[in-house]
This record gives sequence, structure tokens and C-alpha cells, in this order.
Amino acid sequence: MKRLGYFLPLGILAVLAAYLAMGLGRNPQELPSALINTPVPTFQLPPIKGQKKGFSNLDFLGQVTLVNVFGSWCEACRLEHDLLMNISKKKLVPIFGIDWQEPNPMAGPAWLKRHGNPYTLVGNDPKSRGAIAFGVTKAPESFLIDKTGVIRFKHTGRITKALWNETVWPIVQELKMQ
Amino acid sequence: MIVEIGHFALVMALCISAIQATLPLFGANTNNRAWMALGSPAALLQLLLLAIAFAALTHAFVTSDFSVNLVANNSHTLKPMLYKVSGVWGNHEGSMLMWVLILAIYGAAVAIWGNNLRPTLKARVLGIQGLLGFGFLLFIIFTSNPFERLIPAPINGQDLNPLLQDPGLAFHPPLLYLGYVGFSTTFSFAVAALLEGRVDPAWARWVRPWTLAAWGFLTGGIALGSWWAYYELGWGGWWFWDPVENASFMPWLAGTALLHSAIVLEKRDSLKSWTIFLAIIAFALSMLGTFLVRSGVITSVHAFASDPTRGVFILGLLVVSVGSAFALFAWRGPVLRGSGVFHPISREGGLLMNNFLLSVAAASVLLGTLYPLFLDVLDLGKVSVGAPYFNSVFVPLMTPLILIMGIGPLLNWKRGDAIIALQNLKIAAAIASIGAVTIWFVIDKATVLAAFGIGLALWLLISTLTELANRIQLFRIPFFDTWRRIRHQPRSSWGMTLAHAGLALAIAGMTASSAWRVEAIQTMKPGDSVIISGFNFTLRNVQNIKGPNYLASRGVFDVRRKQSFNITLEAEKRIYAVSRQPTTEAGIYSTFLGDLYAVIGDPDAKGGFITRLYFNPLVSWMWVGTFLMVLGAGISLSDRRHRVGASAGRKVPGGVTA
Repeated sequence: MKRLGYFLPLGILAVLAAYLAMGLGRNPQELPSALINTPVPTFQLPPIKGQKKGFSNLDFLGQVTLVNVFGSWCEACRLEHDLLMNISKKKLVPIFGIDWQEPNPMAGPAWLKRHGNPYTLVGNDPKSRGAIAFGVTKAPESFLIDKTGVIRFKHTGRITKALWNETVWPIVQELKMQ
Repeated sequence: MIVEIGHFALVMALCISAIQATLPLFGANTNNRAWMALGSPAALLQLLLLAIAFAALTHAFVTSDFSVNLVANNSHTLKPMLYKVSGVWGNHEGSMLMWVLILAIYGAAVAIWGNNLRPTLKARVLGIQGLLGFGFLLFIIFTSNPFERLIPAPINGQDLNPLLQDPGLAFHPPLLYLGYVGFSTTFSFAVAALLEGRVDPAWARWVRPWTLAAWGFLTGGIALGSWWAYYELGWGGWWFWDPVENASFMPWLAGTALLHSAIVLEKRDSLKSWTIFLAIIAFALSMLGTFLVRSGVITSVHAFASDPTRGVFILGLLVVSVGSAFALFAWRGPVLRGSGVFHPISREGGLLMNNFLLSVAAASVLLGTLYPLFLDVLDLGKVSVGAPYFNSVFVPLMTPLILIMGIGPLLNWKRGDAIIALQNLKIAAAIASIGAVTIWFVIDKATVLAAFGIGLALWLLISTLTELANRIQLFRIPFFDTWRRIRHQPRSSWGMTLAHAGLALAIAGMTASSAWRVEAIQTMKPGDSVIISGFNFTLRNVQNIKGPNYLASRGVFDVRRKQSFNITLEAEKRIYAVSRQPTTEAGIYSTFLGDLYAVIGDPDAKGGFITRLYFNPLVSWMWVGTFLMVLGAGISLSDRRHRVGASAGRKVPGGVTA
């Protein structure tokens, strides 16, 4: 019986290796969303300082929209920003911004003034009401909403150029044709 | 041309490692002296070839040869020279080359300094090292070749990630690799011993210096990484239980256990299976760490670009090397019978408990690190495991360990007297309890745990010093005799005292900086003042400045406290030109009781700046403590008994041999 104990490390290694091998085929960055293919829940966000209008779930009807969750404190959002500016300049798809978790109401507007504002509408969300509606886990996070206000796509983390070209833009085009 | 020479040397190293991996092992089995003797020259030649390859790659970086793909992806002409050099290992392929280079350094070291080893053992150790080198060189040449060309060569490169352009981080990988690649040597020793069928005190004595070296370097590497995180990431944190941090910590835990288990084996011919097991597992955890960082299996801020092909290869290497070792262990393990028996209350008993607690700690960290992967593979959802789990599991394990660390050195071998040991430690216990209660009462009644942590640190420090005082019979015999004892103490006992005391300081630092950090976030205009912990921070001004490859806004803070204390802190927020990535450079001033820490943030629209100001208590105690631990390892290493191969247990007058 004691002899069997010496085989234990080998056994544990085998199990571990099996899990690790299976893990190789998976993508830990993908976070499934329970909200995909469900309509955006009811919410309303006031505008950030300097904007006249925030937005609510009613503003999605009639167009394909990209919703982007950001914050002045979020370094990765800064990296994503150039892509968003590009998209807004080329008018590829309207972008609504959710300025998330800003205790200082001037921080978001200052950040947008400094780096440029790609958003058609920006909502101020210091208490995460909008974030909860969308099931946001971290910033930056982006969603594609179709013309009927249904969430069709979610990406956690910043959208890279490659991701935009290969995944997001084709979905936008597909949604536009529906 | 130089790059091609490097490439050629790399492939030659592969061929030499094939020879090193096979002939000495066959020679040891058939008692063929000539083949066994091939191990040393092969190891030395392999080192030479890999040094040439590494030098060639370094040359490419230093001269900004952008026709080399790796240089184009990771370097830039404007980068300061130090970071051109450190950029060599600041990426996957270059760091793998450093990995095998260090593997070769250790192999060559065994070849040069291993002359007092049994020839069959030495041949087998070098053979296993050769096998490891062969596997990794195959990996490098076929999936991660640093010498691949990029034609046409671009005018300039993509620059190194700005976070890596930092002196602390430049030296962090080499130190870390010297650490956990060093455990490859102890692994080779363990497998060689299993092949020989002989694990004896002589083997433990031979293995000790290699364990000390690897452990010392790994401690230094981990500490350097923590220190870097502390000053670079901008909020004074130094440990995040990130999977890659855990990947370096687990081998450290196993290595610490190995170091102490080998002592029991050497002195008392006991704990054989434990020691061999720990030697295998320390390296297995190093390999696992390499796998986790480079395969994309785990999400981490640290991870290199993920590539499943590479992941498959490394996993294969891990399974083959560690699997064979464990298979050998399963086969030969039952033969490893020790001759020493001991009473549970004894120094062996204490060290056995030490083994056990450290192993459980390593296993818990492993579980926490891999748990998200397990759940994901079983389609049970995506979770993240973070500080709450690790802290709630690790701290309760370390508590009995630290208590035992105080008593253990005072117990005799074979059968210790707990009563006498505890009587010796009355002072330590008293100071620890009084200290803990005082701190709880005076500083912060809310955190019982923090006061307890300081109490533990005090216990460890005083009991370590008590043990030293006992050994030199301080105040009990004339000072001249005490002085004679001090001069005759073996260096390894100084090593122990320093390392344990260092750990005590580090624990105090960790507890205080986690529990009692003071943070203030606000918008400040030039001229504004904020007071934290009695220190008055005034923002003097914020200027825009230009660095070699970045632009920055630099905030200057005057910090005053009463009349006597007046210093200036400079904090920067940098944007690097090529990658457009921002970094924060905090302004830090260390005092005995804590660090003053200032961070300048973005401007708001009204001429003010967001600032984050901190008082981080006892942070420097962590760095001093870990430095003492590394120093202790170094001093132990310099003990003549390791090199001369003296018999175990030379009696020091009146003292218990360390």
C-alpha cells in the first residue's frame, strides 16, 4: 500500500497535464455574456458635464451602435482610443460612450477634451447603473447593439486593430444589412 | 554575419547537448570511464557555444540590427543603451535563450566544481542537464528562434514596452532565471541519485550548495520583481497573486523546503523520499511556471504573447522530464530507506513539519492559480481567483510555520526537549505578545490580524537572536570566550541567523504596508497642500520635460514635517514616443518607518492635477529583509565545508551544529 503512495505524484502530474493540454485550446480572455441576443435592459444615463444629452436604452432603435465603456482612470482605454477616433472620423458606426466610475465629474470631460471625443453621445455612470445593465466586468468593454436594441456582441478588453478588422467590423456590416 | 555565427553556435549547442545527454549516462550504467568523463568537456563546450549565441544576439540588439525579426519587434534606435541590452531578454525568444544559457552555466559549474563527486553521480548529473538542454534547445530552434531574419529590414523598430525600460526590471529576469533554472541542477542531482539507487548524506552535502545558490538567486529575483511593481505601478502594491508571480513563488516554497529537508538528510540520514520529491517538484514547478507564462493558458498582465504551438511543446517537455522523474521516483522510491529515527519533538520533527507546511502552501497556491483553468476546461464557467483566496489560505499556513521556526533551531536532533526550548524562548514570546498588543492598542484597534502579524515577526526575530545568543553563550561565559565562539561559528549558521532574521523583518514590512497604508487621492493646483500621517505635501509646480524617448509631465512636491524634515519628491507621468504608452514614475522617499510616495496624474480642465499621495509603512523593511535572506544564502554558500567536502557534523565547542 505504501508503494502505491510513491505513484501519487505521477498520477497527479498526469491529471494536471491533461487539464493543461485541454486548456491550451481555450481562450481565457473570452467572457461569455448572458445578455447576448437579449434586448438592452431599461436604463438611463445623464450626460457628462459639457454635453447636453446622455442616453438611454431607447436611443438604440433604428441604427447599429457601438457602446464603449471607458474611464479617465483606465490606461487600456487610452490605448484603444485612437481606434475609436478613427472609427468616428470615418463615420463607420456611431459610438456611445459610458463614462464609468468617475467620482470626479470633471475627470471624464477633461480626458475627452485632451484626447479627443469619438462619441456621439456620452453617459455619465459614476454609480455603475449603466454598467450593470450591460453586465460590464471591466473597462474597456464594448458592445454592438443592433437596430432593434438587442445586444449582439460583447468584447472585454480593448479592441485592437486586428480584432476590429477581423471580427467587429464584419459584424457591424452584417447587422447593418438586417 | 555575426547573427549567422550565433545561429550556427545555437545549432552546434544542440548537437553537443545530444552527446552530453547520452554518452555519460550510458557510461555510468556500464562503468565506462571514458564516456563518463565526456560529461565535463561537453558541458563546458555547450556553455561556450551558447555564450557565443547570446553574445551574437546581444550584438544585434546593441547595433540595432533591424534585419533580425526579434530586434525589429522589440527595440528602437532611441532607446537608452541599458535597455537595448536588457531588451535581449525582454521578450519570449531572447529570454528562452537566456534560459538555456543559464542551464549551461549551471552544467559547466557542476563540471568545474564537482570534482569531489562520485564519478558515476557526476556523469549522471551532467547527463540529465544535457537532456534538459537538448529538449529546450529543440524548443528554441523549432518554435522560438531568436535569429530569424526580417527582410526587408525596417528603418526602425517597434520599441520595447515602456514598462520594461527600467533598471529594476532589466535585472529581474536574469536573477529569476539564475534561481529557477538553478533548480534544474538539484533536479538533475535527484534523478541521478534515483538512477544510482543511492540517496545518502554525501549526496545531500553535494546538493546543498546548488540549492543555496538557486534559492538565493530566486529570492533576489522575486524581491526585485516586487520592488519594481511597488515603485512602477503607481499605487504602492508589491504582490498581487498574479499567476506569473505565483509561478515564481511556488518553486521558491518548494526550494525552501528542499533546502531544509536536505539538512536532515545530511545530518541524520532521514527524510530521503521527501528530499528527492522536493528536488523534483521544485524544478517541476519552475517548468510549470515557464509553461503558464508562455502558452496563453492563463490570463495575466505578465504573459508573453500566447502561442498554442509553443504551449504544446513546453507541456510536452514538462510531461517528459517531470513524468520520467516521477516514474523513477515511483519505481525506486520504496528503496530509499533512511537509517535515522527520531522522536516527533526534535529538530527533525520540526523540519518535517516545515516540509509539510511549505508543501501544502505550494499546493494551495498551485490550486488557486490553476482553478480558473480547471473550471473553464470542465465548462463550469469563468472565474478569477485572487488575493482573498490566497491570503485566507496562505496566512493560516504560515503562522504555525513561523512559530515552529522559532523553536526548531533550539531543539536537539533525534529527541528534543520542548520544555527547555520554550523556557529559552520566554523572552521572545513575551516581547512578541506585548508588542502585538501594544500595536493593536496604539495604532489601530480594527486590524487584529495585522497586530498578530507584527507579533509573529517579533517572535521570529527574537527567537532567532536567542538561538544565536545561546550558541555563543552570550552573557553566560566571559566575553573573551563568547568572542572565540563567534569567530569559530561555521558560516552556514550565520547564514541561517541572517536569513531567519531577514524573513522576520520582511514579514513585519509586509504586514505593516498591507494593513496600515494611508492613501489620499485629490486634485491639487500648484501651491495646494495635503497632510497625511503628519507629513505635509505641497505641490510646487508641474513642468513638461523631454526624455530620450518619451515626453513627461513632472510634478514637484515639497514634503515637510515639523521643523526638521524637508525633502523634495519628483513624480512623472510619461508618454513614450513610439508605443504611445503612458507610464507613471512615482516619487518615493524612504524613511525608517515608512515610504512617502507621490504620483502625478492627468490634469483636470481647470489647471489642477489629479494626485495620489501615500504613506506606506515599513516598506523598506521588506527589501532589507529579503536582502538579508539572500546575503544569508551567500554566506552559507561560502562555507568551506561545502568546497572541501568535510565530514558532516564537525563539532563546534558547546554549540549544536547548524
